[in-house]
Amino acid sequence: MYSEKVMDHFTNPRNVGEIENASGIGTVGNAKCGDIMRIYLDIDEQGIIKDVKFKTFGCGAAVATSSMATELVKGKTVQEALTVTNKAVMEALDGLPPVKVHCSLLAEEAIHAALWDYAEKHHIVIEGLEKPVNDIAEVVKNEEY
Amino acid sequence: MDKIIYLDNAATTQVSEAVLNEMLPFFRQTYSNPSAIYGFAEKSRKAIDKARTQAAELIGAKSEDIYFTGGGSESDNWALKATVEAYSAKGKHIITSKIEHHAILHTCSYLEKQGCEITYLDVDENGKISLDELKNAIRPDTILITIMTANNEIGTIEPIAEIGRIAHENGILFHTDAVQAYGHIPINVDEMHIDMLSASGHKLNGPKGVGILYIRKGVKIRSFIHGGSQERNRRAGTSNVPAIVGFGKAAQIAGETMAERIKQEREIRDHLIERVLSEIPYTRLNGHPTDRLPNNANFCFQFIEGESLLILLDQLGVCASSGSACTSGSLDPSHVLLAIGLPHEIAHGSLRLTLSEETTLAEIDFVVDELKKIIKRLRNMSPLYEDFTKNQERG
Repeated sequence: MYSEKVMDHFTNPRNVGEIENASGIGTVGNAKCGDIMRIYLDIDEQGIIKDVKFKTFGCGAAVATSSMATELVKGKTVQEALTVTNKAVMEALDGLPPVKVHCSLLAEEAIHAALWDYAEKHHIVIEGLEKPVNDIAEVVKNEEY
Repeated sequence: MDKIIYLDNAATTQVSEAVLNEMLPFFRQTYSNPSAIYGFAEKSRKAIDKARTQAAELIGAKSEDIYFTGGGSESDNWALKATVEAYSAKGKHIITSKIEHHAILHTCSYLEKQGCEITYLDVDENGKISLDELKNAIRPDTILITIMTANNEIGTIEPIAEIGRIAHENGILFHTDAVQAYGHIPINVDEMHIDMLSASGHKLNGPKGVGILYIRKGVKIRSFIHGGSQERNRRAGTSNVPAIVGFGKAAQIAGETMAERIKQEREIRDHLIERVLSEIPYTRLNGHPTDRLPNNANFCFQFIEGESLLILLDQLGVCASSGSACTSGSLDPSHVLLAIGLPHEIAHGSLRLTLSEETTLAEIDFVVDELKKIIKRLRNMSPLYEDFTKNQERG
């Protein structure tokens, strides 16, 4: 059901991990629906994304779209990163099954959330960036049996 | 991938060699329509009679009370829709449970649109219904109680005999969807007060596309598929002779091997459960600890999602299933896992492994060893696990 590219990015995901003292962190999704993505950005003084890492709880498509999204924004300026839409992520992955399109939206949202966090922390305004709606930090529970 | 390790026997099973050999002559040699008058048809007719007896003996039924159908879903549809039609003078209330198969649940929602009232009983954390709740749900207009013999996802076996007794004490018909249980655990329609029972061939090493509905003599439900006079005028359509023969043989073998199979599957399954629970942290077993199908194990691994797990297992040749939303085609995880009280995020991380008599201890050990690595890998990628470990460090 998945393209070879999706399988590749799921099996060997790029940029998995965390960044300590990240410039911006964005977490989107909802454990209830089964997808959570967290993106860490390391942005230098020129506004270039030097490094990016992700963590994702979700299906194969969720992992693959996170992986591809991080690849697409790496090395870009903050402004350029905004052009990495869900469509771009999907195209780079040679498409997704219709029921998985929301995963690519989530990946775009996660990048935006991390950029928003960066902008807030640095008291700047990124033109064209809207406040992400999908922050789910409060939903994340750490229940143990 | 040289070899697959098939641990999805609740989804379907391999047709056994003995069953296939029994079926084969009925494709090219004895292909006659059993409804015909000539001698050539007699052979097909006799084969069906034999299969009917074999299917009946497995559940202590009379052979004339067995009706062959196109499968378990058809049997469930027939039992429910025809009961509503036949007993509408008495009432339109049905009692079922929240963990039934969709063949029951979706038929119930269809019947609700037709004016029926359905009570969906809750289950406890192990997936069992409460007999007191069942008694309290009974109304003067209750016409049918339909509760599955054993659950397809978590394997929990329901107290069928007690449910049947309560139904009969109250003059209510009792149907059970035994698709997962038939041929896997002992069932006796008289001792368990069962009026109707659905079963399917492909869950017990028989062919797909054939099932039975047991209808106790005296239950007045009518035909569901209208047409010819097959199945004593109750289920039209030219008899699927090879499939029916295969069903009968599968039922016969299942009966003969049941005791030994239960013992063997349970032993290997218990080894699986013990290893998973002791070697993988933040894991729970879903379903009843003891009253469960001998070949069923169902786990939830916290902080991970089921589809990812299935893909990584698949890459090793391991076939399994999950109740996560991604595998159900909706945003909600399995209704069964939600009904036993699991939060959504935990239900998403479920894994069902269902064994066959051919499953070996070595295969299970391989799967557990790999499972440990896969779960570690997925947790290292999971923001939920990251938050959890950070919170723990903070104390």
